[in-house]
Amino acid sequence: MNVWIEKQKYLIDFTLASLARRKAKNLGLLLVYALIVFLLASVMLFTHALRQAANELLAGAPEVVLQRMVAGRHDLIPPGYLERIGRLRGVQEKQGRLWGYYYDPVVKANYTFMVADDRALAPGTLVVGAGLARTRGVAPGNLISFRAYSGKLFTFSIADILPAKSELVSADLVLLSEADFRAFFDIPPGHFTDITLRVANPLEVRNVAGKLAQQFPDSRPILREEILRTYDSIFSWREGVVLALATLALLAFAILAWEKASGLSADERREIGILKAIGWETGDVLRMKFWEGALLSLSAFLLGYLAAYVHVFHFAASLMAPVLKGWAVLYPRFELSPVIDGLQVTTLFFFTVFPYAAATLVPIWRVAITDPDAVMRG
Amino acid sequence: MPATRPSHLALSVLCCAGALFAASFADAARLRQQRAAAGYEMQVLVRQLQLTDLCLFTEARYTRHPSQADLHSPFQDHPLALEHFPSGSLLLPPAILSNHYERLDRKAEVPD
Repeated sequence: MNVWIEKQKYLIDFTLASLARRKAKNLGLLLVYALIVFLLASVMLFTHALRQAANELLAGAPEVVLQRMVAGRHDLIPPGYLERIGRLRGVQEKQGRLWGYYYDPVVKANYTFMVADDRALAPGTLVVGAGLARTRGVAPGNLISFRAYSGKLFTFSIADILPAKSELVSADLVLLSEADFRAFFDIPPGHFTDITLRVANPLEVRNVAGKLAQQFPDSRPILREEILRTYDSIFSWREGVVLALATLALLAFAILAWEKASGLSADERREIGILKAIGWETGDVLRMKFWEGALLSLSAFLLGYLAAYVHVFHFAASLMAPVLKGWAVLYPRFELSPVIDGLQVTTLFFFTVFPYAAATLVPIWRVAITDPDAVMRG
Repeated sequence: MPATRPSHLALSVLCCAGALFAASFADAARLRQQRAAAGYEMQVLVRQLQLTDLCLFTEARYTRHPSQADLHSPFQDHPLALEHFPSGSLLLPPAILSNHYERLDRKAEVPD
């Protein structure tokens, strides 16, 4: 055993010396390789943690949201709907929600205005999200004015700012009293944006939704299950930028492996010829090259993965922020709770380390089994 | 004193990187615990305000609340308008619009 280990160590010594002879090329290869792993691992870690966060946070969302549709568009719930729902079996609680969007031309950002019944806000006061407070530069006690869609200017006092740690769900929120909301958006009493229903038994949710759809043919029930599924597919690898990124990374990786697999440089051929001529066996040459591939790919994987971990969970995936931000002015600052999927990491390992190690062996084997004299002469 | 063999150096570096790899899982557990309070705070807020979506993309209403959007919202500007917000390329349409796996509304009951 000791002899075997010692032999492998000598092979590694030789491999490293051989790699050091083409230092710039191999270092460049290692960096590019690590960068590809970094990109793939960053997207993988970020999207998985985000999906987990969405699952945990939105587990508290209402079981059913009832929207009214007019000509395929979301419309206000007219008076009487809430009463007409009556006492549906299984429904614990039903409530009309008031919320809407406001475009703030001052900073060119969109806000979500929402009535917070449980906060009992005094008329003329607001509670705003930390993202909004940062963008508009406001603090508790400050006054803030918004021009309503009717053209009338409304001035509010900031009563409080929502905790910065909750920005992932509240960065753009503006909480206000019902009276202020109705006055600001000119929504008459009795109208609501939508209706939420709490259903205690998960088995009853579909029945409730079915009954609602029957009772209100112009409505659309949205189940929590569907909300969760929407976020479950967020940043799915099959779509958009993620697909483009993954495809590019895989193509780059394929080129890398192809370059290795398609042939050896004249230097490498001569080196193998000399080794064979001085008595190395084909197996030794293969083992030496196996170590070369394994050391390079393993180092690139570990380097890329560790950099991705630190980037996503310690630097809040800052390199991905411009992609996520899009044209939005208001972007939440959030730290994801690290959830690492072992299966995903294993898949990444197998897809990045093994093909490269295998790709290095094939051309070497082809050269190593030919006559050393022929190899050296080219 | 004998010089350090390159193989020893390489294997030590790889072992260190492997240890850091393992440590990343321990660090993840530590951070999860540290950030649990913020997660709980957000869960309370979601329940209190009956929120339905994450505040990830604020640039358009259908990306701010993807689960509440209707089929027409990305194409609202004019009949031939294509969806043009960058985050539209990151999000799938809400599940309710793309996958009717069960009859929930009157759709199938109304004759064509």
